[in-house]
Amino acid sequence: MFKQMKNTLGSLMLIELLKGMAVTGRYFFARKITIQYPEERTPQSNRFRGLHALRRYPNGEERCIACKLCEAVCPAMAITIESEQRDDNTRRTTRYDIDLTKCIFCGLCEESCPVDSIVETRIFDYHGEQRGDLLYTKEMLLAVGDKHEKQIAADRAQDKNYR
Amino acid sequence: MLKIEIDGKPVEVDHGTTIIDAADKLGVAIPRFCYHKKLSVAANCRMCLVEVEKFGKPLPACATPVAEGMKIFTRSKAAVQAQQSVMEFLLINHPLDCPICDQGGECDLQDVAVGYGASGSRYTEEKRVVFNKNIGPLISTDMTRCIQCTRCVRFLKEVGGMQELGMVGRGEHAEITAYVDQSVNSELSGNIIDLCPVGALTNKPFRYSARSWELVRRPSIAPHDSMGSHIEVHVKDDKVMRVLPREKESINECWLSDRDRYSYEGLNSPDRLKVPMIKHHGEWQETDWKTALEYAAGQIKDITTEHGSDALGALVSPNSTMEEGYLIKELVHGLGCGNVDYRLRQTDFRLDGKRVGTPWMGCNIDEIEKLDRILLIGSNIRNEHPLLAQRFRKAVDNGAELSIISPLDNNPLMDIAHKIIVTPNDIVNVLAQILKAMSKLQKLSLCLPPQLSELLEQIHVRPNTEAMAESLVGLGETVNLIAPKVGIFLGNMALSAPRFTEMYSLAEAIGGVSGAKGGILPAAANSTGMHLLGVMPASTGMHARAMLEVPRKAYLLLNIEPELDCQHAALARSAMEKADCVVALTAYKSKALDHATVLLPIAPFTETSGTFMSMEGRIQSFKAVVKPLGECRPAWKVLRVLANTLGLQGFDFESSEEVKLKIFDGEKPSDFARSRLNNNMKELVEIETKIKSPGLQRVGEVPQYEADPIVRRSEPLRKTKYNIKRLVRLHPDEMRAYDLVEGDMVLVTQDKGSTVLPVRPDAHVAPGCVRVAAAHEDTLGLGDLMGDISIEKITQEQADVFKSKQMEAQN
Repeated sequence: MFKQMKNTLGSLMLIELLKGMAVTGRYFFARKITIQYPEERTPQSNRFRGLHALRRYPNGEERCIACKLCEAVCPAMAITIESEQRDDNTRRTTRYDIDLTKCIFCGLCEESCPVDSIVETRIFDYHGEQRGDLLYTKEMLLAVGDKHEKQIAADRAQDKNYR
Repeated sequence: MLKIEIDGKPVEVDHGTTIIDAADKLGVAIPRFCYHKKLSVAANCRMCLVEVEKFGKPLPACATPVAEGMKIFTRSKAAVQAQQSVMEFLLINHPLDCPICDQGGECDLQDVAVGYGASGSRYTEEKRVVFNKNIGPLISTDMTRCIQCTRCVRFLKEVGGMQELGMVGRGEHAEITAYVDQSVNSELSGNIIDLCPVGALTNKPFRYSARSWELVRRPSIAPHDSMGSHIEVHVKDDKVMRVLPREKESINECWLSDRDRYSYEGLNSPDRLKVPMIKHHGEWQETDWKTALEYAAGQIKDITTEHGSDALGALVSPNSTMEEGYLIKELVHGLGCGNVDYRLRQTDFRLDGKRVGTPWMGCNIDEIEKLDRILLIGSNIRNEHPLLAQRFRKAVDNGAELSIISPLDNNPLMDIAHKIIVTPNDIVNVLAQILKAMSKLQKLSLCLPPQLSELLEQIHVRPNTEAMAESLVGLGETVNLIAPKVGIFLGNMALSAPRFTEMYSLAEAIGGVSGAKGGILPAAANSTGMHLLGVMPASTGMHARAMLEVPRKAYLLLNIEPELDCQHAALARSAMEKADCVVALTAYKSKALDHATVLLPIAPFTETSGTFMSMEGRIQSFKAVVKPLGECRPAWKVLRVLANTLGLQGFDFESSEEVKLKIFDGEKPSDFARSRLNNNMKELVEIETKIKSPGLQRVGEVPQYEADPIVRRSEPLRKTKYNIKRLVRLHPDEMRAYDLVEGDMVLVTQDKGSTVLPVRPDAHVAPGCVRVAAAHEDTLGLGDLMGDISIEKITQEQADVFKSKQMEAQN
């Protein structure tokens, strides 16, 4: 009986509506958080897991030694590696493909890499116009690494105590 | 029996059992590196330390025999502490390069470190570095990784028969090394890769090409000798990456010969034929299966209707499967023709029709090591059956006396009690001498057939043969046996000799006198099976040799390269040149098949299913491990469709299993074989012991890495020391007689064909013999592997002229 009276009174006085409007009003005057992408960008963690890259040593030698641990650990089976003995008797890849349409960006490849060769960069806004464009080959991955080496190295340095 | 307890579990074991064997019997895991069940105990890795009750310190399980009531603890505090300490020491100098190490993923050190090691190391000083050794084209070394278990050293000494690796230095400076500037040349060398518990010795051709976890392991049967070794083919993306032994105690134990291990490189050869080809006006043209088969069938039909069905000849490789052999036999017979044969490297066919059954080895492979007396006739055993030689070596190590009669004094890497090195023709006389001496010793002369007794009366027994006969009847140098177990075996050189019949009959008679087991050691994977199936001329047909001597109008070749696989290379070439039509079912397109008309690409053993019958009569089927390359098809399918195209009935097989069922006709394969394998002869053949050839005799064995088309194309094997030396080898006395010095060029002539080769003195060749390897480009102009041959010294200029003429003739 009492509850029914309260509900009727509440409806008559538009309490619900005022409550809703209060939220609208609060956000109307609050600081805006919308980002004007691509002109503006959200801050990223140095551990962000985006597009992959293959790194090189400062002398230009590729880091990857074709141990295939990343291939073995990849839960999405996105990595394909073929290896051989290079002319200088070192173990090298002849093929290193990542199928980004399969990749789930878990970061296990980076974690398993004994030489910090395969890394995930902060890049997330890459695209492909055809399906095949997202099949990254060794050359493409090395190019990504070459282009962003400074950022990649800085990110790893920042995290070095936890790795 | 002793009662002991391991980790609280009671077990009863024999006297003299070591703790590690007892634990293995019980299924208790004890980590180990240096211990291997097939090798002697070294006890130098200390990984198998266990705690034994009432002993003050941990004991090595591999070197401690058990005693009554012993209580052993493998996971007690003291044992675990000992294991962890040993592991820490082993890892002090072991590099942390697992990511680039080929052993990674199948490494004993990795596994044991995870299972029994501590979590960290306290070692912070510098690790030592050991330089790598180049020990040949088959094995790659990373000696820094070595933990000095000495398994490789012990294997080469105990199983391989020759110590080619050893440990030098002490403590920190100890390292495994070969002799200075020497490679490891054992024909079983690949096994040290499997034995190495770390990545110090790895497979050179396979190096860095795949990881162990990517490979799919599929069982198969080794196709290069007649042992039927069990192999495990490792496959990645439909490509054979490597071959490993599959354990089979009664055949190959846990070993594999290098030929079987590395021949797979030949499967990926650029020579592989991928599409059917037809020759039009001297030019090879690629075509499709339908056209090729119809063309081939049309050609065969035309020739058989025009010249009679006898104008066709079928030469079959003894390395083909039983199914293939059966189908080609049925196909040829279906055309009303009897000319089909697998015995390509035989000259003497006088035994045809005189045998009771199929000739075989006469005993099981694992019986060899239990023999007391062994007689090997005309066999270069390490070259022919590398792994079987190991069984003979075991027998000799067990105290057996080995006697050898051969034209070549090759070192079998085991002690030889008696050897007689004579020309192939004289072997018959030597065997007759032995028979006479033995029957005299055994007082059995009355039991011999009158023909033989008459023959033996004229034989004069020489002292060395008498000594051999005494050994065979049991009068040994050290031990006298009343009833020795004797084995008599005829090898490849005897099988291809022109007087094989006499050798076989006399060996049979000697076997009868001495109660011996034994028989022939056929060369190829399925020689015994082919004989069992009767892939041989029908009553009116021609045998392999006759088909070449009297050229046929059309040939059907299964899996062979005529010049390289036939006894008489020159004859094979001219027969193919003269033929109107040569249909070749082959896996390779080679120069040797240039005279063919149609090439039909067939699948080698890895790409087809089939059955081989080994020398001991074991019938073993295998499945394809990878898909056929390109347009290749299993030969049984090709033969089936060819037969259908020819309009023959009874070729509606859907699978190789159906063919197999048809072959054995409902019988159990082992029963089928047992009732048909028999070395006895129906009647005695005429034996002439006094054939003296005036000139020199050729001894032309087939080098082990030239045995069949697949092995021939394996690059790593070609780089080994066993690769053919293009040489003529003569006994030093003959060198003097012909006024030759090492390096002189000689003109070698045999059956009108000739070639020019440098000469080298070789005391291992019997006087009166010329050793010229067969199955080689330079010796293709020559004739039989065993036969008359003449040599003539020529100058370098004459040799150059000869060679340029030869080049012109080829072009």
